[in-house]
Amino acid sequence: MTSPTSPDATSPDSRPFDSQGAAPRPAPAPTVVEARKLSLVYPTADRPVTALSEVDLTIARGDFVSLIGPSGCGKTTLLRVIADLERPTSGAVAIEGMTPEQARLKRLYGYVFQAPALYPWRTVERNVMLPLEIMGLAKAERHARAREQLERVGLSGFERKFPWQLSGGMQQRVSIARALALQPDLLLMDEPFGALDEITRDHLNLHLTQLWRATGKTCVFVTHSIAEAVFLSTRIVVMSPRPGRILDVIDCDALPRERTLDIRETPEFAAIAHRVREGLKEGHSYDD
Amino acid sequence: MSGHPATVDPYRTTLRTAADWGLVALALLALAALMLPLGTRDGAVVGWFGGASGAAPLFLIGVVLAVIAGRSAPRRLAAIQYPGAWVELAGVALALLLPLHLMNEGVDLSAGWGLWLFLVVATLLLWRVMGTLAGVPGWTRSVLVPGLFGLGLLAGWEVLVRGFGVPAILLPAPSRIAAALAANAPVLWDDFRQTVLVSVLRGYVMGCGAGFAVAILADRVPFLARGLLPLGNLASAIPVVGIAPIMVMWFGFDWQSKAAVIVVMTFFPMLVNTLAGLGNSERIQLDLMRSYGAGYGRTLVKLRLPNALPFLFNGLKINSTLALIGAIVAEFFGTPVVGMGFRISTEVARMNLDIVWATIAVAALTGSGFYGGLALLERLTTAWHPSMRGR
Ligand SMILES: Nc1ncnc2c1ncn2[C@@H]1O[C@H](COP(=O)(O)OP(=O)(O)OP(=O)(O)O)[C@@H](O)[C@H]1O
Ligand SMILES: [Mg+2]
Repeated sequence: MTSPTSPDATSPDSRPFDSQGAAPRPAPAPTVVEARKLSLVYPTADRPVTALSEVDLTIARGDFVSLIGPSGCGKTTLLRVIADLERPTSGAVAIEGMTPEQARLKRLYGYVFQAPALYPWRTVERNVMLPLEIMGLAKAERHARAREQLERVGLSGFERKFPWQLSGGMQQRVSIARALALQPDLLLMDEPFGALDEITRDHLNLHLTQLWRATGKTCVFVTHSIAEAVFLSTRIVVMSPRPGRILDVIDCDALPRERTLDIRETPEFAAIAHRVREGLKEGHSYDD
Repeated sequence: MSGHPATVDPYRTTLRTAADWGLVALALLALAALMLPLGTRDGAVVGWFGGASGAAPLFLIGVVLAVIAGRSAPRRLAAIQYPGAWVELAGVALALLLPLHLMNEGVDLSAGWGLWLFLVVATLLLWRVMGTLAGVPGWTRSVLVPGLFGLGLLAGWEVLVRGFGVPAILLPAPSRIAAALAANAPVLWDDFRQTVLVSVLRGYVMGCGAGFAVAILADRVPFLARGLLPLGNLASAIPVVGIAPIMVMWFGFDWQSKAAVIVVMTFFPMLVNTLAGLGNSERIQLDLMRSYGAGYGRTLVKLRLPNALPFLFNGLKINSTLALIGAIVAEFFGTPVVGMGFRISTEVARMNLDIVWATIAVAALTGSGFYGGLALLERLTTAWHPSMRGR
């Protein structure tokens, strides 16, 4: 078993933001998300569910971290704790050195939910403008940002449609555009491409990795697809259920930062994918 | 007999090409009607043909020609779908005019079984035409068909009441009610202004406004909701006739007591509906607002109130009817000498039932106008809601 506290698993976490001298990279990025001994127990009617157990995770600026694991292993819960939508039972999280609540009130992150969560009385464009209205941006700026982001997700021309006039995948793309319109430094995405077909998914993956590289955003990305995780990530966090915990953290430094769809054919890609798969298998063996 | 399934378009078969068995059955019934009398005049039986019946054969010929023309018309003429249906409709109207003509001639229709059978045939013909028109989308289906239906009912009422000589004290004909409406227009307008424009509007705005405001408060203060909701059930069981005299004692004869009755009747329906509406937002929608750092007020305005709109309109629509009933009933227990309830109670005592019916007509029109206006507003503002889409 690879415990998160074993030296092997924590090695990617032990990037020396506290011990500058031993940095393996020239300019160590500052920490954006830091979770220490994070546990969360849902008090349900019959028996409490331990959704997260002693999770330690450090995410540096510019990281693209994927959370992967079987259904119910606490990926959404971890994202929600970071976003201050859920209070941990014990342990602590810091976002840019702040509490999650402070970070939320400062609108430091954009959250893409597992479901599109569009407001049916607003047109597509006005859905994208919703966070901008709340931020108090000027009307012209709201329009400009909404159009830019809708174009980015390939939905130009659908501005005046209502969400229920769109397919499920298009709705999810609107919700991505809505999160991007905030222009947050930290993007939290909960299976954003789960409802999309393979080709659109490839297309958006490519867009996302280009956006990430161009803007230097920090991304935390939940997925069920090993290929997607390896393609996008700088690090992959493999989780396992009952109780939800981190099994393995896999570095993807072997892959170049600049990625095209071709890298999926390289042996480095295959090697990382293999390691993720092994980790997932290990997680499943606890069920038997 | 009815060899045509509903899906078969009756206007595709012309008289030349195929038999329409439903129409054949109607024609047979009409033939039977021709054997029976139209009515009596001065004790003598009046038949369809011969000098006594006046222009009756002309009406008959007109109807037959209209039906034949309607059947042979093309399916579509320029922008008009089923032009034949309109021609047949004219035939039906002509048939309904026959009894009015006969009554003008002084014929007593109460024993005119031939005429009544003929009118049954006309009604069945109208039924078939309406069935066709109801299949035409747009204005025809949503406005014209219900309108024609209402007109048909009024025509039936008029012909039956006058044909059988029902005493006006029991049920006046629509034309008599309309005449009373026109003759008493100034009085009825004063009643309308006092009851609707003063009492109902003020009471309605106060009752709905208070229900809404308290619901917003109760949403923030949970014990209020828990305490008030059971009271709502209690209040809905209070009889108006019990509360109205008390309110008249408390607030006097003028509009204030009527408004008070309306407030009592409308407060809880609005409260209950608003509370239900405010609880209608999904968790993920609320989480989204939270993730934007939006506070209570913004979440209320941008998410929870729009989500509550269908519930709010439900409350407003229920209350529009309740308010009108409340005001009219409350006026039975004391008013300045004007108002719809006052008018009904005094004119009933004087056996002036034409005015009573005219007032009832005003109340019915007001109520449906009020309700219809709200329903229209609802359609405009909640077109996004699943129950409204694609209508
Ligand atoms: N609000 C809640 N109340 C009670 N239990 C919950 C709640 N939300 C999640 N859980 C439980 O916590 C565990 C983790 O749930 P979570 O939604 O984080 O899983 P996940 O990894 O996102 O799964 P999936 O891949 O299916 O989305 C599950 O066992 C779930 O039953
Ligand atoms: Mg999930």
